[in-house]
Amino acid sequence: MRYALNRFAAAFFVLALVCIMSSTAHAQASSTSQIPAADLLQPSELVQILKSSTEVKPLVLQVGSHVLYAQAHIPASEYAGPAGQAAGLRALEGRVGKLDRNLFVVLYCGCCPWGKCPNIAPAYKQLRSLGFTHIKVLHIADNFGTDWVDKGYPIAKGR
Amino acid sequence: MPPLTFRAIPRQAIKQGIRRHIRRRIGSYLLLLCAVAAPLRMSPAQTLSRSDFANKSAPSFARMDLNGKKMELSAYRGRVVLLNFWATWCAPCLIEMPVFVSWQSQYGSRGLQVIGISMDDDAPPVRRAYLKYRLNYPVAMGDEKLGELYGGVLGLPVTYLIDRQGKVIKRYEGAVDLKQLEREVQRLLAKR
Repeated sequence: MRYALNRFAAAFFVLALVCIMSSTAHAQASSTSQIPAADLLQPSELVQILKSSTEVKPLVLQVGSHVLYAQAHIPASEYAGPAGQAAGLRALEGRVGKLDRNLFVVLYCGCCPWGKCPNIAPAYKQLRSLGFTHIKVLHIADNFGTDWVDKGYPIAKGR
Repeated sequence: MPPLTFRAIPRQAIKQGIRRHIRRRIGSYLLLLCAVAAPLRMSPAQTLSRSDFANKSAPSFARMDLNGKKMELSAYRGRVVLLNFWATWCAPCLIEMPVFVSWQSQYGSRGLQVIGISMDDDAPPVRRAYLKYRLNYPVAMGDEKLGELYGGVLGLPVTYLIDRQGKVIKRYEGAVDLKQLEREVQRLLAKR
């Protein structure tokens, strides 16, 4: 009887461990930490690119909240849908589906602190899976207000 | 026919004419430069005075809440208001909300009123969250107009603590220190 209980406890322990590991793996699957550092772009760098008359202008896509986008967004950026949701990913795919895979694309969100953003990592993953080779992700540490607007970088308003 | 006479033009007049011509040319070049440069120029940052709210009256607004009831901020004058901008996709917001629910239960009779403004794009996920988190305070859908009224809600969560006179005591951006906020709420509730 004791043997059976021990086996049951061991099996339960292994099962629990597997569950914990799989849930952690799932959480990491859409984590911002999985975006390579080489693919990150600081706000000041993007400002320079947008100001420059010689550099190639990227397609800038906001992949977060439409309400936040309407209040303030990067001039000439487009709203592409909340990539943290299936509908948002579909909208993003619809926007970029026919584009040249070598196009320079910049993704940004800024809804939440970097590590908590539900949108940016899925958007990056989606573009990678679609074959885009030149993607940069805007590293917004706290939120768009603090890291872009408060720094006096240019904004536009409206939907 | 009168004889042709050569009238000498004074040297001073010639100089003035040349200067006038140069000035006109420079003016027209400047105008041309402005016209060409204007479309290339990036729009300047617009001032969103998010830090200017402390000790000022909370902007009044009226909305329909999720239950279809009219919700007016001015109706809560005399109560301490915790105005919380949140969204269903905002992880730090979802950590704070159960605490706000408990505060509404604990301090509601002493004059606290929590108000939730969802910055989600659509209402259905907000309704689901409202039920899931058993929110015991009114929640209304926000939009860019309301966000701009409050200086621009450009990241979530954002929470305003408003005193009984309708004055903004503090704006909290990002995940709030709940213990500190609770002390502040208690302090305002103690004031009459």
